Formats: sequence, C-alpha cells, structure tokens
Amino acid sequence: MSRSILVAIKRVIDFSVHVRVKPDGSGVVTDGVKMSINPFDEIALEEALRIRERGLADEIIAVSVGPADVQQQLRTALAMGADRAVLVQVAEPLEPLVIARLLLALVQRHQPLLVLLGKQAIDDDNTQTGQMLAALWDRPQATFASKLELDGTRARVTREIDAGLETLEVDLPAVITTDLRLNEPRYVRLPEIMKARRKPLDTLTPAELGVADTAAVMRVLEYRTPPTRARGVRVGSAAELVAALEQRGVL
Amino acid sequence: MSAILVVAEHAGGRLNPSTAKCVSCAVAIAAACAPQAAPIDVAVLGAEVAPVTAAAAALGGVRRVLSLERAENAAALAAVWAPQIAALAPEYTHVLGPSTTFGKDLMPRVAALLGVGQVSDLMAVQTPHRFQRPIYASNVLVSVELPAQQRVVATVRTASFQPAPAAGPAPIEARQLQVPLPGHTRFVARSPVNAGRPDLQTAARVVSGGRALASSDNFQLLYRLADALGAAVGASRAAVDAGYVPNDLQVGQTGKIIAPELYIALGISGAIQHLTGIKDARTIVAINKDADAPIFEVADIGLVGDLFQVVPELEQLIRARRASAHS
Ligand SMILES: Cc1cc2nc3c(=O)[nH]c(=O)nc-3n(C[C@H](O)[C@H](O)[C@H](O)COP(=O)(O)OP(=O)(O)OC[C@H]3O[C@@H](n4cnc5c(N)ncnc54)[C@H](O)[C@@H]3O)c2cc1C
Repeated sequence: MSRSILVAIKRVIDFSVHVRVKPDGSGVVTDGVKMSINPFDEIALEEALRIRERGLADEIIAVSVGPADVQQQLRTALAMGADRAVLVQVAEPLEPLVIARLLLALVQRHQPLLVLLGKQAIDDDNTQTGQMLAALWDRPQATFASKLELDGTRARVTREIDAGLETLEVDLPAVITTDLRLNEPRYVRLPEIMKARRKPLDTLTPAELGVADTAAVMRVLEYRTPPTRARGVRVGSAAELVAALEQRGVL
Repeated sequence: MSAILVVAEHAGGRLNPSTAKCVSCAVAIAAACAPQAAPIDVAVLGAEVAPVTAAAAALGGVRRVLSLERAENAAALAAVWAPQIAALAPEYTHVLGPSTTFGKDLMPRVAALLGVGQVSDLMAVQTPHRFQRPIYASNVLVSVELPAQQRVVATVRTASFQPAPAAGPAPIEARQLQVPLPGHTRFVARSPVNAGRPDLQTAARVVSGGRALASSDNFQLLYRLADALGAAVGASRAAVDAGYVPNDLQVGQTGKIIAPELYIALGISGAIQHLTGIKDARTIVAINKDADAPIFEVADIGLVGDLFQVVPELEQLIRARRASAHS
C-alpha cells in the first residue's frame, strides 16, 4: 500500500443545465452545453487534498474514463491540487462495471491507500461504481460519507443513510464514496491553472490496462421526457388554500 | 424458468416498507414472464430475524422467505451481505433490492460479484428484461434492455410501486450458507431512530421547509403545522446544509424520493434536484413569497405569500376544522 489516493472524476453536464431529450429520442442534447466535474467527485477530490494537507497522504492521482475532452476536467482537478492525472481514453460512454474494472487495474498499478469517488454521477444517477470497485478489489466500502477520519491503517467514516447517520470503521485500503456535506470544494485560482499545465496527465487505453472487453451490455432503447404536471391553481389566502385542499379531497 | 429474489431491508426487528414495494415490482416482473411461472422469494439476513421473516411471509405474491441468520449479519454491511446474496443468486433470474440508501449501498456490490451490471432505480417493468428508469434527476426517462440470458440485478425506485398487499403466510425456510465473510468492515454506531413522528419515506402527508425558514427554531412553526396535519417533516438541501434539520429529512435527487398524497413546500424555490424527490406526490402545495419561483410550475395549489404569516393561519384553520369534525 502506497501513500497515494486515487480520485475518480467524471465529466458531466453541469448541474445548472436544464437537460433536454433530442427530438428523435436518441439521447440528450450535449451540443453547446456546459460540462463540469460531477459535483460529488469535486467533493471527493477536495477530501483527498485535505488528507494530503494533514500529512496523511503523499500523492493525489485524479483518474477519469472518457473521451479526449475529459482532459479539460482533469486539468481542473490538477489546478485544484491533484499531483497528476490519468485519462483512460475511450470513445463511447462505458457502463459502471467496466469503469470499475478499469479503476481496479489502476488500483493494482498504484496500490493506493484510498480510492475516493462521488456517491453518484448526476447524469446517469447510477450510484454503482464505487461499490463495484470495492467488490472486485475485495476491499471495504463506505458509501455516502459525510465525515472521514484516518489513522494510517483504518478509516472511521460517518455515512448519511435514510435513518440518519451511521458510523463504520474500515481497514485500509478502502473505497469511499462522498456525499454532499463532506466538505465544500475550494475554488481554483488563476496561478494554479497555469501551474496545472505543467503537471503530468497520462493517457492510457483500456487494452493497456488489460481490459479487453468494454462493450455495453445494457442497451438504451429510448430517451424520453417525463410527462409534466397539469397546471395548478393560485389561491390568495390560507382559508382559500384549505378550501382548495378540501375540494381535492386531501384533507 | 424465471425466479425472483427480493433482498429484505429491516432494522430494529421491523421490516422496512421498501420491501413490500420491491415485492410489488417482483410481481410486475412475474406478470411479464407469464404464462411462464416466476416465483418470488424474499431473503432476510440478520443475526435474529424472526419478527422480520414473519412480516415478509405475509406479503402477497411471496412463495417463501429465506432466513439467513448469522451473528456477522447483525448490521447490514454491504461487504458482509453481498457475498451471501451472490451465493443465493444462481437460483434466480432476477435479484432486487430497494433504491434506498440500504439497497444503493448493497446491490451494486452484489452485481459486481456476479459479474453483471445493475439497473438502478427501476421504475417500470416493460418486459422481464426491459425496464424504465430515470436519469438526469428524473428529467429524462430511459428504457434499458438486458440480454435475455443475463441475470438482472436491480434497485427498485420505491416511489413507483404500491406496497404488496397482505396475504396468507408463505413458508419460512432457514438457510445456512458456507460463505467466507470479510472482517475488514466494522459497524460502530447508528443515530437513534427518531420515533413518534410519521416516517418521511412512507407518510401520506409531508410538510417540507427550505432555506427561507432561516433557523432550526423557525422549523418549530413547520413542525406544528405537520402535527396538525399528521404529516411527516421534510426539507430542502439548503435547509439541511444550514443545519436547521438533520440530513435524513432531505428530499430530492440526493435525499429521499417520496410519493405522498399531499406535499406542502414552504419557502422552497423548486430546484430540479429538489423536484426529483416529489414527482410522484399526488397534490403539491407551494407557499413562497416569490411569484416566479419554479416550485409554482409543479404546484397543484400555489399561494404567493410570506410563510411566517401564512403557516400559523393555516395551522389554526386545520386545527379548527379537525375540532369541528370531532364535535
Ligand atoms: C449535486 C447536487 C445535488 C443536490 N441535491 C439536492 C437534493 O437532494 N435536495 C434538494 O432540496 N436540493 C438539492 N440540491 C440543491 C438545489 O440545487 C438547491 O440549491 C436547493 O434545493 C435550494 O434549497 P431551497 O429551495 O430551500 O433554497 P432557495 O433556492 O434559496 O429558495 C428559498 C426560497 O424561499 C423563498 N422565501 C424566502 N423567504 C420567504 C418567506 N418569508 N416566505 C415564503 N417564501 C420565502 C424564496 O423566494 C426562495 O424561493 C442539489 C444540488 C446539487 C448541485
């Protein structure tokens, strides 16, 4: 086990964009749309940087799987403070299980102390990759983390669950996926962006990582816009509101 | 032949209502398999599961309940439970868990051990291998299809299914699995269940507050309205981030997805990430002082006004109405 942390980064449509389905139902509109680091991954990276700043890790490696464009998000990750970046370059979006296999190959190369990922990507909302990596790696997982304490061989993780909070203790190395309240990611400053240009960004192919089969198994047959709600009514006072509720039979 | 396994969620000796919803989804898959039979089993893992297995056995459509008792199963640790579910999986064509934090944590680990992908947030069954699910915070729906011979592992979007009705008890079968379990993950603690209030995930009525509440003290206003209505309390991310209420009250893309009969949003702007959580609510009421707030685009009943004025009035009217109904 080295003293490095691997952070997975996904390029997604920015959270503020209202996503639209293409008229022919073949996908969503991405032309001219703002792209960003998945917000949960930004939190994962921020946490890794803080762990390094506390002296508990030496190197932060930002990794991503995607097309050449992802370099843009990896440069942002480097500007935030990652030491180096690895892009596994592929033309088509891959399924979470394949991403997990590619991450496992990177884990075997770098022997990290931790792998940090966002708990979900806000495009597919799958919430799978971290758990799948932990399964393939046969290591602990602590998902939906809102607090993380490390002591060199173990991590104590507070998780946001439906019933409130849960605390787990896991041996390292481990996979941790991040929730919104773990931290607030730092802003990137201009000098850092300049510096990031000189940091190493390596590009690999799945074949170079020994993952031969990356083909999608799940076929997406159709994209559609969900039905919208019928227009509602406006009321002017609490009394009118109660009357409207009575009329709808919900009181 | 098809066969469906549902992984039960439970805590404190009580079956979580999400399991009855997964059974409903399993019934829909079984119906899509007709005329071929597709029996439904429920697996209950735990240290002592007697009351839970009985509750699972009473769900309509269940063929039998598998009881997997083992001291290591006391806490629902994905790393410990997943290898056991994977060991049961060869008998089944479909393995389902709820899309709650429990199922979201566990099921992808099961899928990876089985070497297959997962269908997350399954919301409708189109064929035994074709399903509808939401992406982009439910702004887009996709139909996904798996090869007919592939085992399906899925999490079920519980807001999309009604709970399976009660029926005659199914048999309960104890199983002993010889699966080695890891010791690298240990349960430490869990926050106490906040009893006494209706559960946000299953409540018929929910009153939710946003950033506008401005303090946890002000949330008392909202709790009083909720009490008058017999409603659960929810919140936006902004209200949780600010510490006005605990995280388990968050509704939305990264909180709970709920389907109450009545949802009252107080001082919530209606960001897409919040609306994701309430798409299936039957009646949405919005009270907001900004007439242009996006919440009004989805509200069935909208009131433009100051919540600090409207909410106490509303509470009084509802209490008065209840009192007159009782007299
Ligand atoms: C990755 C990601 C995931 C997210 N997940 C979630 C999620 O799961 N759930 C969620 O809720 N959000 C989520 N968000 C955040 C979301 O984008 C919004 O920021 C959040 O929902 C806003 O909360 P709010 O409506 O309470 O606050 P605001 O947007 O600040 O709205 C406050 C509203 O209160 C009104 N108001 C103010 N004073 C009064 C008054 N006196 N009376 C009446 N009305 C008043 C204002 O007009 C305004 O409309 C997520 C964001 C990201 C990036």
